[in-house]
Amino acid sequence: MEYFIQQLVNGITLGSIYGLIAIGYTMVYGIIGMINFAHGDIFMIGAFVALISFIIFGLTGVALPIILLLVLLIAMLFTACYGWTVEKLAYKPLRGSFRLAPLISALGMSIVLQNYVQVSQGARVKPMQPLFSGGLEFFKNSEFIVTVSYLQIFIVVLTIILMGIFTYLITKTDLGRAQRACEQDRTMTALLGINVDRTISITFIIGSSLASVAGMMFVLYYGVIDFYIGFLAGIKAFTAAVLGGIGSLPGAMLGGLLIGLIETFWAGYVSLEYKDVAAFSVLIVVLIFFPTGFLGKPDIEKV
Amino acid sequence: MEKKDIIQSFKDSLFTGLIALALFGPIVGLRTVSKGEGLFITPQWGVVFLLVGLCILGRFLININSARRTEFKIFSTLSSKFSSITEDKAKHFAITGILFAVVFPFLPFTDRYFMDVAIMILTYIMLGWGLNIVVGLAGLLDLGYVAFYAVGAYSYALIATTFGWSFWICLPLAGVFAAFFGILLGFPVLRLRGDYLAIVTLGFGEIIRIILINWYEVTNGPDGITGIPRPSFFGLPFKRSPDEGETSFHLFFNLEYSTMHRIIFLYYLILVLALITNYFTLKIRKLPVGRAWEALREDEIACKSLGVNPTNTKLTAFAIGAMFGGFAGSFFATRQAFISPESFTFIESAIIVAIVVLGGMGSQTGVVLASIFLIGITEMFRDLEQFRMIAFGGAMVLIMVFKPKGILANRKPTILMHGDKK
Repeated sequence: MEYFIQQLVNGITLGSIYGLIAIGYTMVYGIIGMINFAHGDIFMIGAFVALISFIIFGLTGVALPIILLLVLLIAMLFTACYGWTVEKLAYKPLRGSFRLAPLISALGMSIVLQNYVQVSQGARVKPMQPLFSGGLEFFKNSEFIVTVSYLQIFIVVLTIILMGIFTYLITKTDLGRAQRACEQDRTMTALLGINVDRTISITFIIGSSLASVAGMMFVLYYGVIDFYIGFLAGIKAFTAAVLGGIGSLPGAMLGGLLIGLIETFWAGYVSLEYKDVAAFSVLIVVLIFFPTGFLGKPDIEKV
Repeated sequence: MEKKDIIQSFKDSLFTGLIALALFGPIVGLRTVSKGEGLFITPQWGVVFLLVGLCILGRFLININSARRTEFKIFSTLSSKFSSITEDKAKHFAITGILFAVVFPFLPFTDRYFMDVAIMILTYIMLGWGLNIVVGLAGLLDLGYVAFYAVGAYSYALIATTFGWSFWICLPLAGVFAAFFGILLGFPVLRLRGDYLAIVTLGFGEIIRIILINWYEVTNGPDGITGIPRPSFFGLPFKRSPDEGETSFHLFFNLEYSTMHRIIFLYYLILVLALITNYFTLKIRKLPVGRAWEALREDEIACKSLGVNPTNTKLTAFAIGAMFGGFAGSFFATRQAFISPESFTFIESAIIVAIVVLGGMGSQTGVVLASIFLIGITEMFRDLEQFRMIAFGGAMVLIMVFKPKGILANRKPTILMHGDKK
């Protein structure tokens, strides 16, 4: 039982990271109907920016909460620049062309970003000293002590706060309304006087910022990154987005949590090596019964 | 051009510079280096300023150019001319291409390196043609094609090393295994459409790779399988000193021993395999099942209403595409004599899909051009080891941006009811 709770806590932490990345996939898919394959690499760049700023601020000796806040803002800002530029360079010229064109462009962009970071930052793994230590301990009398580290609390709380802000942004503000309108019908939205290009750019900026937060959490949680982390995290997050129903924002979060939980439980109870197989197999099985994911809109075919 | 325009484009370039600074500043400018216990930062601002300067200059030139409304005019006229020429002369191109491919090993400038690159390009052409059946004809986006390539390679390697059977027996078996996996993948995903299909196939490719890495007893894990038998020339091995009672290729034909013999043989082997794939595709496009693929690609509902069974049609596409992937895989295994899961990563799938889409979906000649172009580009940058993949990815983006339909767009149905009415 204690072991189960420990795995649950770990799974929720991992799920938060996946969920934040998955939102970027699902938003872009919702608005322009393409799989943004470069999103995983945007997450990786976010992790690198966070790592670099942690090193710089680590030298100044400022208090930890201030460092965290500064790194968060810096990572979001710089990574958003990447998201914005990638959209302008690789996807915007392809708007309105056939479905696979932006996908290939995104694959190309993903290869470019990965190798660009490899060239500029080196191929070796980058370890970082842990900033957080300690945690809360439960069930001290039993055989297995459940530890919830402060870092895990930080990750989950930050995710909840960001989700709150994000939900408010999408449901209550003009920007969110414009964005949802673009999802439904881009031509009509443009006719109603909304700058569609700008809305799409902002979508990419929001998605990249959330991915960069996930990147920062990844650096803190695992303490080691390299230029290749974007690929696996990216496809897991995309799997999460599909599992929840691509295009649906609560679905992305739900899918992220599910993938995180499946992975940790599988690693904890069945086998560590095959944890990735578990995530993909669950996806295949779920899609057989729910072809559009858990919360996805049913695909209505019109002739 | 007015003065206002110049000021405007100047401002715009400065903005580009600012963005470029934000992009390159942290990632290029602050390089993290591990020293002893921790990570330290080595600034390299020189490179950053160079890159930012290039971005500003480039943007400014493009702005001035577009103000004169001649943006990429040369490029677009050239490329449209190129596609019209190649489309008209597609048949001549194909024949010249094949002739060239046949005489290629005997041309005076052909050396070992050229042969290796040519074999690699032909392997990708074959994979591209195989995937073209699934993506180009049937319109099913498969991002895990490398799984079938891997299944083919591992089946060949395992059968050949365990039973010692010859290449010509193992090759069809590998194809059958790969086709079986194609059907295995095909079944659960038949109801899925478009992008759901893409992620499931991607996941399938990863599952196969992870199993190959972890199933030590059979696949020998990440260490891979070594000592895969080399192919022989219909029973005549390519060895300098053959075993007792065996005649090797150079002795039988009374030639000086040369390692090139085997390479030339491999080259013709993959050429023939690729041409078989091509011939098969061209023929099957005219058969009912091939026409059903193309119809399914255009409109699934219309197909259903006309009595085409989408399940069987999609499954055959998956199976046949997978089979050719399996053939290519066995060829890969016998050429390398060593395989490991590292050769079957997602990037390979991405390259094959890119070749199909960049070539122009469904166009056989396009696949050839795209393979030559993409593999050629990475080979040209070979000396700049680290930059070759950047060049590769950049080429993918650029081709898509300037020619979104691919080098040769061929979406015309193979057969029209009353001929081609124009």
